[in-house]
Amino acid sequence: MSRQASEKIAFAILTILAVVVVVPIVLVVVYIVVQGIGAVNWEFLTAFPRNGMKEGGILPAIIGTVVLTFGTAIVSIPIAVGAAIYLAEYARDTWLTRSIRLAIINLAGIPSVVYGLFGLGLFVLFMGLGTSIVAGSLTLGLMTLPVVISTAEEALLAVPQRIRVVSRSLGATRWQTVRQVVLPNALPGILTGVILGLERAAGETAPILFTVAAFYLPQLPRSPLDQTMALPYHLYVISTQVPGMPLEVQYGTALVLLVMVLSMNLVATIIRSRFRRRRQW
Amino acid sequence: MVAKFSIRHLTFRYSDGVALRDVTLEIPANEITVVFGPSHAGKSTLLRSLNRLNDLIENEATEMSGLVLLDGKDIYRPGVDVTELRRRVGMVFALPIPLPLTIRENVVYGLRMRGERRQARLNELVERSLRQAALWDEVEDRLDEPAMRLSGGQQQRLCLARTLALEPDVILLDNPTSGLDPLSTAKVEASLQELKADYTIVLVPHSVQQAARVADLAAFLLGGDLVEVGPSEQIFTRPQEPRTEDYITGRFG
Repeated sequence: MSRQASEKIAFAILTILAVVVVVPIVLVVVYIVVQGIGAVNWEFLTAFPRNGMKEGGILPAIIGTVVLTFGTAIVSIPIAVGAAIYLAEYARDTWLTRSIRLAIINLAGIPSVVYGLFGLGLFVLFMGLGTSIVAGSLTLGLMTLPVVISTAEEALLAVPQRIRVVSRSLGATRWQTVRQVVLPNALPGILTGVILGLERAAGETAPILFTVAAFYLPQLPRSPLDQTMALPYHLYVISTQVPGMPLEVQYGTALVLLVMVLSMNLVATIIRSRFRRRRQW
Repeated sequence: MVAKFSIRHLTFRYSDGVALRDVTLEIPANEITVVFGPSHAGKSTLLRSLNRLNDLIENEATEMSGLVLLDGKDIYRPGVDVTELRRRVGMVFALPIPLPLTIRENVVYGLRMRGERRQARLNELVERSLRQAALWDEVEDRLDEPAMRLSGGQQQRLCLARTLALEPDVILLDNPTSGLDPLSTAKVEASLQELKADYTIVLVPHSVQQAARVADLAAFLLGGDLVEVGPSEQIFTRPQEPRTEDYITGRFG
């Protein structure tokens, strides 16, 4: 076979593989939109469920997911960004940093249901927080740590070393260098990681199952120690626990969750592309 | 002659070999000392040992012995304030590396990091250092633009201004004209001649020709050894060592 022919075949195969990646995503989105769009209207987004959740809206679940996402952010951002700065800027290669990295890799591999049980044991029972928004946020925050730490560390390491050397040569301390030059330039990358992590948290069912999620509540949560409904768990409930649930409502709920997650994704993409255009080295 | 720096028996070892071997050198105040030689002679290592920039090497085990005295005081003794040392001994690198900030912020960076907040003082230093670096006329009406928009030659003079703004005693220049066109090079060289009245300058030159043009005192390094040191007119016309002569006449290097 000639070099040109094998080049063409390789190119064709790679193109097909790339398209194969896209197809399921498109199919899932299109299918859910087609099946669920009929259920989504103003009442669906702004009302409480009625008649055994077969009618009405999903407002408390939407609010719950938004609240839990913010809670997760409050828990995970300071810890993860702090840890990433430590690993990228301060840590030398010692047994301590090696075990920290090992821990992060292992945290990323733990199934989400295990996080849920861990949260139940530590936050709900041992710390006595009960099934509450605080307990759920702590559990979700813990789960998102590895993703946020790794992306934030990468974003920090992407800032060229020579810029740090220059800053230090001008008499800046290590922390001043991080604060003034490295962090501002890594921020968009860090934000991307944060959003990707939160997105995962927003869509998870298992970690909130035992720690915060309520089957049905007649009112919105009033304090961080209240339980709340949440979209992924609500979807699970109406798909498996409620007999005679109209299919359209199930897909409508899935559609709302999907749109929320995808729009977070969109924000991350926009930040990233802005950053690339503005990048100065 | 007043020695600004006294380097005594300085040996510096990277994990893959010796970069400097038993170098002893006096660097006089208010003169331009040029450290020249082929690549891997240890020139940059020598320069970086003068403001302890070698301390920042992290991924590799390094080993240093010998003494570096600045105004008679060992800069490696315990308790030395390294950030203050780096302010007193400023550095300009081979490639212009502006910080991703505006022109003005680049110039005042070191001062601000030292806690200088007085706006009038900062403004005054911006103008003075940019003038000293022969850049003021080209940038005075766009100080708040990103420094990255400047041309390579302008960026290098900005880096010089940034170092001057620290009001250092000593300026180290590691091949500062490597990326510059002849015109910009001439500008930088001219400003160095003016600056030596107030500063001690140590320069790793771009070429033997540049070494001969700017040096008051010239030191020839080869493979980590200090081969010969002497006044410029002697080194470049009547070198004592055959290896120096071979190098400056272009027989190797």
